Amino acid sequence: MTDTTAPDPNRTIATPSVTVPQHPLSRRMRGWIGWLLLIVLLAWSWNAAEMFRVSALLADWRNMAEFGAAFLAPDFHDWDTYLADMVVTVQIALWGTALAVFFGIPFAILCSSNIAPVWIVQPLRRMMDACRAINEIVFALMFVVAVGLGPFAGVMALFVHNLGIFAKLFSEAVEAIDPRPVEGIRATGAGRLQEVIFGVIPQVMPLWSSFTLYRLETNVRSATTLGIVGAGGIGQTLYESIRSFHYAETAAQVIIVILAVIAIDMASARIRKILV
Amino acid sequence: MLLTIEGLTKRYGTGDAALNGVDLAIPAGEVVGLIGPSGAGKSTLIRCINRLVEPTAGRVFLAGDEVTGRRDLRFMRRRMGMIFQEFALVERLTVMENVLSGRLGYVPYWRSLLRRYPAADVQRAFATLDRVGLLDHVDKRADALSGGQRQRVGIARALLQQPDILLVDEPTASLDPKTSRQIMRLICEVCAERSLAAVVNMHDVALAQMFLSRIVGLRQGRVVYDGPSNGLTPEVLTVIYGEEDWTRSAQRDDDVADEDVHGARPHGREPLAAVG
Ligand SMILES: Nc1ncnc2c1ncn2[C@@H]1O[C@H](COP(=O)(O)OP(=O)(O)OP(=O)(O)O)[C@@H](O)[C@H]1O
Ligand SMILES: [Mg+2]
Repeated sequence: MTDTTAPDPNRTIATPSVTVPQHPLSRRMRGWIGWLLLIVLLAWSWNAAEMFRVSALLADWRNMAEFGAAFLAPDFHDWDTYLADMVVTVQIALWGTALAVFFGIPFAILCSSNIAPVWIVQPLRRMMDACRAINEIVFALMFVVAVGLGPFAGVMALFVHNLGIFAKLFSEAVEAIDPRPVEGIRATGAGRLQEVIFGVIPQVMPLWSSFTLYRLETNVRSATTLGIVGAGGIGQTLYESIRSFHYAETAAQVIIVILAVIAIDMASARIRKILV
Repeated sequence: MLLTIEGLTKRYGTGDAALNGVDLAIPAGEVVGLIGPSGAGKSTLIRCINRLVEPTAGRVFLAGDEVTGRRDLRFMRRRMGMIFQEFALVERLTVMENVLSGRLGYVPYWRSLLRRYPAADVQRAFATLDRVGLLDHVDKRADALSGGQRQRVGIARALLQQPDILLVDEPTASLDPKTSRQIMRLICEVCAERSLAAVVNMHDVALAQMFLSRIVGLRQGRVVYDGPSNGLTPEVLTVIYGEEDWTRSAQRDDDVADEDVHGARPHGREPLAAVG
């Protein structure tokens, strides 16, 4: 019995020998050209990016060491201010995200080609592209000029940038829905808004909430830099410590940022798991 | 006549006419079966009646009111309940929410948005769910139901519109033979109870003959038969569907129909109902 079932290592399975056909020459050529192009691009950027200074990492190793040493002895004696600044940072992110979601939803619906006519979708999408194209920091600089220094400028910067992001992410979810339930609702005599609220929103809700939490995580991280341009939060403190060579304090602030971001990422991952 | 269709024609995009001058009249309370080969235009006809598909030409009247060419579709659509092959329920909403969406054509916007349906509507929803045998599943989500149960939700939603007519597109095509019969029986019973008219698209000729007395045969967008279901001779079926040996299946299905009507079903065996 056993010799019939046990695999015989000497027995070769009779397979017809075929050679795997090679990719045609034109396709291989395209591959090589692609790699070549990449190398040319990198070489072209070498000087502009000052990559020749890579030796500075080694030459100025004392600076690096000083900085590294500070992390071994972080100075936490002002920890309560740092923590308060971190909380403000999170609060900026919360409001920026909330506003972006609130106003992003109608934009997302109107940016969805299965809901809105093309003459609304296309211009709105370009507008949202513009919001997305400009970084939060750039918006923060503008809003600092417009509404003055402080957290509100940061909130507005996050809001505008994320408006574009939510409009895009949310509308992609809307375009992927099952159209049949929407027809079911339409056939009852429901209006357009009712179609959206009863036929579309229930279908996209899990994805939308997941995107929102994910963006909230990202926005907390972005908000830590907003202070550098004076738009509130821990960034400002961080920037000032580095500029005045207080590396031990910088280290303490960075550690607080890291812990806070990790805590928020973990909490949000938990919630997302429940939602989806 | 409750429903009058005159010269209804539909041309999709570039293709040929899916409907080609269809005339049809259905008196109040009559349930009509619509049969025909795949691509004959059955779904198109049904969907042109409530203008989920916009007809190219022709007119549709519901109890004397013209459906075609008017802007306030809401008032016409809510008088026509639609039942779909794929149920077209909103999966993530509960059975009750799905059924109540049948009132969307009646309740003011603000009420539906706040989910504050009038008490009479909620009572009617319970009564209707009781009628279709789903009172135990009111709070379940639609995606937790079996196919037959989902179709009952679809029927309840359509009934909650208090329609004059049901538009039914292949209600049983996603269901097993036994469930198919139960669903067809339910549709016929509720139509009789409420003296509702209905147009029922079907692929299953035997099932149509079993439950419906009037059959309309569609072929390539034209009505090629309109008469009693016992007039579906092999010759007529050949006109509708094309050349095929109809005698055997037609004979056997007649027997099945008799058994079911007289309640003398064979033990332990659900007779085959499907043909073609
Ligand atoms: N949205 C559409 N766009 C373009 N052509 C369509 C569309 N819907 C249907 N058609 C075409 O119209 C014709 C009739 O289609 P229809 O779905 O009404 O047939 P049917 O009788 O319901 O078929 P089946 O029994 O397979 O459901 C077909 O030739 C089909 O290809
Ligand atoms: Mg069809």
